[in-house]
Amino acid sequence: MKSFHNTRRKVVNVVMLSLTGVCTLIAAGTLVFILSYLFIHGVRSLNWEFLTKLPTPVGETGGGMANAIIGSAKLLFLAMVVGIPIGFLGGVYLAEFAGTTTSFVLRYTTDLLNGVPSIVIGIFAYTLIVLPQHHFSTFAGGVALGIMMIPIAVRSSAEFLRAVPGSLREGAMALGASKTKALLTVVIPAAKNGIMTGILLNLARVAGETAPLLFTSFSNRYWSPGWDQPTAALPVMIFTYAVAPYDDWHQQAWSAGFVLLALVLAVNITARLILSKRGPVAH
Amino acid sequence: MPAFPRTATSARPSWRAWSFLQGFQSGDEVAHGLSFAAAASVILITAFLALELYRNSVLTREKFGWAFLFTKVWDPVAGQFGALPFIYGTVVSSAVALSIAIPLGVGAAIFLAELAPARLSAVLTFLIELLAAVPSVIFGLLGIFILVPVLRAAEPILRGVLGWAPLFQGPFYGVSLLSGGVVLAIMIVPFIISISREVILTVPGDQREAALALGATRWETTWKVVVPNARKGITGSVFLALARSLGETMAVTMVIGNDPKINASLFAPGYSIAAVIANEFTEATGDLYPSALIELGLVLFGLTIIINGMARLLVESTMSKGSA
Repeated sequence: MKSFHNTRRKVVNVVMLSLTGVCTLIAAGTLVFILSYLFIHGVRSLNWEFLTKLPTPVGETGGGMANAIIGSAKLLFLAMVVGIPIGFLGGVYLAEFAGTTTSFVLRYTTDLLNGVPSIVIGIFAYTLIVLPQHHFSTFAGGVALGIMMIPIAVRSSAEFLRAVPGSLREGAMALGASKTKALLTVVIPAAKNGIMTGILLNLARVAGETAPLLFTSFSNRYWSPGWDQPTAALPVMIFTYAVAPYDDWHQQAWSAGFVLLALVLAVNITARLILSKRGPVAH
Repeated sequence: MPAFPRTATSARPSWRAWSFLQGFQSGDEVAHGLSFAAAASVILITAFLALELYRNSVLTREKFGWAFLFTKVWDPVAGQFGALPFIYGTVVSSAVALSIAIPLGVGAAIFLAELAPARLSAVLTFLIELLAAVPSVIFGLLGIFILVPVLRAAEPILRGVLGWAPLFQGPFYGVSLLSGGVVLAIMIVPFIISISREVILTVPGDQREAALALGATRWETTWKVVVPNARKGITGSVFLALARSLGETMAVTMVIGNDPKINASLFAPGYSIAAVIANEFTEATGDLYPSALIELGLVLFGLTIIINGMARLLVESTMSKGSA
């Protein structure tokens, strides 16, 4: 009886431990599957035309998404202009100046803002910019993405600033530097690489955002000069093309998906490799 | 530098003015002020976001009151707006997602933290965290063209095994609550894995050694000692994943079927809060319709705040306990 009990325990041990391995395989295998599937399907219809031409009217084959690629680049540029200064300076405040209470309030708020679903950020940008202006624009989309960047920019900047050893700060101040001078000449340069990588990761994250763009930058089948008109963006194009009933649009959606994922993952892999050599990884 | 006596009298106005000026010259006041302005604007933006949602949903809030949340007729043409079908779809698809993602995620976290050799664990964790970086619209794309056909092929098996349950009744067209739940599960599993793994790693080694020394098997040690120790953090990771899946938009919109009905069967199409906002916002004409959609946004905002808050509390309390 006793040996039966022990055999059972051993069997349970082996079975359950193997199961945890299977779980890991499923999770990691999903990524490998997504990558290879997108690669195979995306590359097939990826060509020069896709990267340089405008979309063709429904029914005509060919054409590309050049306007969406440029549109995404412009949106990301605006997002940086909006998100980085506020995010970085907010991070400086959190790491260098904030007391216990303000630090708690700020961390709590960034968590809260970070948890707001992206579609809700879209509504916010809509009521803030589109509604008063009465039209969709690149500007509104860029602001929506910029707001999404802020909380993570605050937290990652603060984390990298805090990771700078106190002795560096004290050394600078002992030499007579003011707090600001110490920050500008010693602390921020020491944290520079980490902060930049954090910003890159942050950009890669919002580059794939679709929901906040649906009713801010909307969409456009043509070029969108300036900042004041609706514009196409890669993620929105993927959505529109994937749910449309045309086969050649589906092909283009795969190609666009491939381009987007390749960019996002390339940034992520480089950033993570740099960070893993340097210690703290910002979430 | 002029030597001012640092005594009690140094608090007199001229000293204060001088010290302020000195700070100004060295840039301390400027840096402080500038970074404070940025920090304050983060808080203002968040407050303004909540205010805008509240203000712009005033029409439906006044017309329908709390009934908005509990009625199930969504008829924009007739001016009838009830959010129940969307709340139902959001909750059910997230519940499906959690019931798949929790066992999968916790299992993988146990493997990565307790069993895998450090090198292998690092590589696998890296891969799984990359999965979290894949944009939602790409999950939607794969959902439409791979998951939906796969589920359709698997339907007879599902029906054979689980067909007795009311959850698996009726015709199955592919796009459904089930598909939405499965896509969500894939999207949230990396969160559960990476946080749970970290929490499990903070469980002190002597706990394991004590259990092993008492003759427990590796699994018994993990399941009866390590996991209970990490329980709070694991629950926190689940809440974080839940908050994310409630607000997830694109992938769900693409596979859930977009039909505002309440159906007990997971095979039936449904609709989620985020999906209806995504699909209908640009076509919402009149005053009442946009207000109803913005009120749905407000509901989503409230839900995610509450759940995120609970998650943070749980994760932070274990993390700090573990490091103490």
